[in-house]
Amino acid sequence: MSFGHADWWALFAHFLGMSMLAIGGALATAPDIHRYIVDERHWLDDSQFSASIALAQAAPGPNLLFVPVIGYAVAGFGGAALALAGMLIPSTTLALAVSRWGSKRRENRGVRAFVAGMAPITIGLLLTSGGLLAWPLARQPAAWLLIAATVLVMLKTKINPVWLMAGGAAAGMAGWV
Amino acid sequence: MIDVVPAARPTPRSPGELLRAFSVLALQGFGGVLPVAQRELVERRQWLSRDQFVETLSIGQVLPGPNVVNMALIIGDRFFGWRGAFAALAGLLALPLLIVMTLAVLYTRFSAEPLVAGALRGMGAVAAGLIIATACKLLPTLGRNPLGRVLCALALLATLATVAGLRWPMVYAVLGIGGVTVAAAWWRLGRAT
Repeated sequence: MSFGHADWWALFAHFLGMSMLAIGGALATAPDIHRYIVDERHWLDDSQFSASIALAQAAPGPNLLFVPVIGYAVAGFGGAALALAGMLIPSTTLALAVSRWGSKRRENRGVRAFVAGMAPITIGLLLTSGGLLAWPLARQPAAWLLIAATVLVMLKTKINPVWLMAGGAAAGMAGWV
Repeated sequence: MIDVVPAARPTPRSPGELLRAFSVLALQGFGGVLPVAQRELVERRQWLSRDQFVETLSIGQVLPGPNVVNMALIIGDRFFGWRGAFAALAGLLALPLLIVMTLAVLYTRFSAEPLVAGALRGMGAVAAGLIIATACKLLPTLGRNPLGRVLCALALLATLATVAGLRWPMVYAVLGIGGVTVAAAWWRLGRAT
């Protein structure tokens, strides 16, 4: 696959857009990143996309770090740098510009309406992100079991998710999933 | 900038201390940094009160961009302006980025190994579960949403149908559905007062 000037720009531009649409967390943008990178551009396949998110979830740090991992899978370190820069520049600039404005107006009706109106959409996008990762495994009953067990453990206990990741890795290596 | 920090509360002494504090909390955050941030900044270091933390978080949620990044920027900015904002951001991202990129390089080198491919498939299933669990934990907050349960459920289902089902670009879903829900919330909030 040759990656031309137009492709670099397209990659960067997509993440610039994602930065402004990431309302309610970086993972909410995963469905649209998948739509663009996998479905539209065919830069990655489903398993590469899932592996990128799984790697980022297995490492410590903010969730948004799945973005440079996807950039790296698409186009090496240059891709990682462009993807991360694209994801950070617009929202960071805006946050610094308006944070002092927002802290004075959080009781404002418009601000409250925005938070309330966006909440169900954020949850819908998160469910879509989870479904996206589950989809390539849909034909494996053991994977369904693992997903269901993870949800249950996360809802009922305070166990650190890194142990669940280790368990998932072990199950995969044993060939159960 | 200093007015939001009462005199009695401990404050970071330098942008360098902010950078170290955010590095420490980022390295403890598996599957999300927010719970660790609350423990470190509010309970352990006491740089922020619980209310200030919630307030900062809600501003971070209104703004586009990753919530934790916005929070780090706002907190850093409160203490040391621009330099503080970038110190907090650098602390939050630098070491985790190094770790995750090392993993990514190792993965590309060994992805053909059946054991590695298997491990990543298993971790992918767990990652799916983690994200679905996060969504489930947020669901009860919709009960307090001024939109009411019915509208919340409709908006959530519409998002699933358009983004997951029809594979619409997210921008149409966010602007289209979000436009309706924000307008509805605005109207209901006005009627309540």
